[in-house]
Amino acid sequence: MEQVFDLLITVFLVVGGIFGLVGSFGLIKLDDPMSRLHAPTKATTLGVGGVLIASMVHAYAHEGHLSWHELLITLFLFLTAPITANFIAKAHIHRHETPDTLPPAGEDKTWATHDVPPEEPGSGRG
Amino acid sequence: MIEYAVYFAATCFGLAFLMNLWKIATAEGVGDRVLALDTMVINAIALMILYGLANGTEIFFEAAMIIAMLGFVSTVAYARFMLRGNIIE
Repeated sequence: MEQVFDLLITVFLVVGGIFGLVGSFGLIKLDDPMSRLHAPTKATTLGVGGVLIASMVHAYAHEGHLSWHELLITLFLFLTAPITANFIAKAHIHRHETPDTLPPAGEDKTWATHDVPPEEPGSGRG
Repeated sequence: MIEYAVYFAATCFGLAFLMNLWKIATAEGVGDRVLALDTMVINAIALMILYGLANGTEIFFEAAMIIAMLGFVSTVAYARFMLRGNIIE
């Protein structure tokens, strides 16, 4: 049984390390800012998730208790990675693109971040 | 077997860390730098977890959790600053 757990830990560590390396390599390799967003937010998050799961299995197999800290960190990273990606993409769209340079938005009139509702007088914002 | 796997993963994440540093030094825009910093925080978390795994301590999980939260908040603050020019309006 020990062997099986060791194999599991090794596989998770190796896969996580490769994912982390690919994520950061994509950050310097890809040439478009929007495609550059994909590599770190997806591959690196998966890589660190693999390392955290390996750590969890290690705590269970070698110290005999299941530790929930790692699952908490994994969950937190998996929840926050899309939010940071969305924020950075939004900042890029507002700083470097206009509605004309973006691809068509499908059935909507324009992309949501450019779709500003008309200002109401006396609404207190401004 | 685990020892070598930990070394392999630490090498991968260390290389990834160096790539992030390189990207921060050579990026042409602010957005790329913020993205590279965010990736660097995640790689730092992975390195801390690997160090804790190699030494059999659990003290680093709390530190990793705090770094994860601070990394998220700081990335959001940077993005707000890029968009609006200030952070808390």
